[in-house]
Amino acid sequence: MAKEPVIVTDHLTKSYGKSRGIVDLDLRVDSGDFFGFIGPNGAGKSTTIRTLLGLIAPTSGSARVLGYDIVSEKEKILQKAGYLPSEIHFYSGMKVRDVLKFSADLRKCDCGKTADELCFRLDLDPSRKVDDLSLGNRKKVGIVCAVQHHPELLILDEPTSGLDPLIQKEFFTILREENEKGSTIFFSSHILSEVQTYCRSAALIKDGKILLSDKVGNLEQTGTKKVTIAGAFRMEKITGLSGVTITDQEDAEAGASEPCDGSRAVGKEPGQKLSFLYQGDIRSLLTVLSGEGLTDVTISEPSLEEIFMHYYES
Amino acid sequence: MTVFKQEIKSQLKAILIWSLSIGILIAACVLMYPDMESQMDGVNKMFSSMGSFTQAFGMDRLNFGTLIGFYAVEAGNIIGIGGAFFAAIIAVSALMKEEQDHTAEFLFPHPISRVQVITEKLLSVYFIILILNAIVLICSITSILLIHEEIFWKELLLIHLAYLLMQFEIAGICFGVSAFVTRGGMGIGIGIAGLMYILNIVANISDQAKFLKYITAFGYTESADIISSGCLELKYLLPGMVLMIAGIATAYAKYTRKDLR
Repeated sequence: MAKEPVIVTDHLTKSYGKSRGIVDLDLRVDSGDFFGFIGPNGAGKSTTIRTLLGLIAPTSGSARVLGYDIVSEKEKILQKAGYLPSEIHFYSGMKVRDVLKFSADLRKCDCGKTADELCFRLDLDPSRKVDDLSLGNRKKVGIVCAVQHHPELLILDEPTSGLDPLIQKEFFTILREENEKGSTIFFSSHILSEVQTYCRSAALIKDGKILLSDKVGNLEQTGTKKVTIAGAFRMEKITGLSGVTITDQEDAEAGASEPCDGSRAVGKEPGQKLSFLYQGDIRSLLTVLSGEGLTDVTISEPSLEEIFMHYYES
Repeated sequence: MTVFKQEIKSQLKAILIWSLSIGILIAACVLMYPDMESQMDGVNKMFSSMGSFTQAFGMDRLNFGTLIGFYAVEAGNIIGIGGAFFAAIIAVSALMKEEQDHTAEFLFPHPISRVQVITEKLLSVYFIILILNAIVLICSITSILLIHEEIFWKELLLIHLAYLLMQFEIAGICFGVSAFVTRGGMGIGIGIAGLMYILNIVANISDQAKFLKYITAFGYTESADIISSGCLELKYLLPGMVLMIAGIATAYAKYTRKDLR
């Protein structure tokens, strides 16, 4: 039996005065998923998360989280969810232990043991004052607060910023463990490799709209090829193909040794390098390429990062 | 009551500093009284012949030569100004500081409703004001006992009750302001308290400005009226309490719908 999705939004819109927040957002996160939410700065990632958690009210549209309405049943959602803000601040004068206790008390949860364990794993000293903590250490406190009650849904806003690589690794191990115990993980990031490594599904948001949302495996197999060519070629022949997106272009330095006869190139200097994404019939690509004076060709699967970069820039 | 406890704990130092400052200042005034009593005749004449200045502080109707009169003017002004500013600061920062210090994003994703947070914060503000006034009253009573004077219980308690209600009123109004501002509310709070104090002085000086007594929270704290009538001026107190409730209601109405930064 298919479970109800953990997060489902229906034309969710949030606008702040004139500026755009999110527009007609339709997002769906299944139960037990490990979901990456990607987008450039200001795309609406935090706005989406803050709307789902009831910090801000939607302008129009609706959403259900864990089966509850985000407006009328907010407390029920928050009881079962854990949240790590991108920039977390605590009450001045408190010790780490006090913050963790405060958070647990608000949840009426007796989770001191889990908290101690998490502090140990993240190398966090609970007797320190929160005012003296660095960004990374504050983040660790936030992680413990978000995870200590083993929530059904973990929402994390740019969780790894400020964490050193070792702690990042431990952090993802913790997330995986929680995920295996049945928690749904939803995190926003702009570190694409992170999403590619850990997530089962991902969505890309840009300018307040979801551009694509799918299993990471499907996103990787888009039929798109990454092509890198070097040598002498006519630019207009390449750009004349349908489904070409130039990603990188470099001209050979003037006076550098030229592998090809300069007179052969028409319109373009020889010895240049070009990378592009190609989405189309592979035979027409090869036909065009064979007509040019290339010295090197690589055709490979693009990384998720390159696929997304393509969307970021377009 | 997790939020309530956290509020009290985080304000503990401020409560003690303000309470003891006001309390010790009042005690110092009372302790000076025996020395001044002998010279009071001259002082009384002087104070009662300063025209508007005399009126401004109600000294035309108070006998500075008695401890009650002396206490009403000196202690009244200290606790009036100190208490009003303290109440304003505590109340205006209560909700505002969550956004100003960016702790809103930590607190509100916990399973606690906005109404619950507002209620606990409101209770903490009033509880803190009660603590301050209790400490001040203890300082005051102790100092009167120290100079072996008889305690004028009824007047003393009435004066302190009036100032307590004044602080409640200012706190209620500032709590309403607190729901709207995200930073810089401290100035507004202090401004409200200061303005009300000045309005009362203006009302005391000018007969045409008497109507201001209905607006300012200091209208019902006039010790001269309290001592002579033996009760609080309800006609000034009631509008004040209405303002207080309006402030609190506004806070609930605004903060339950507010987009938090």
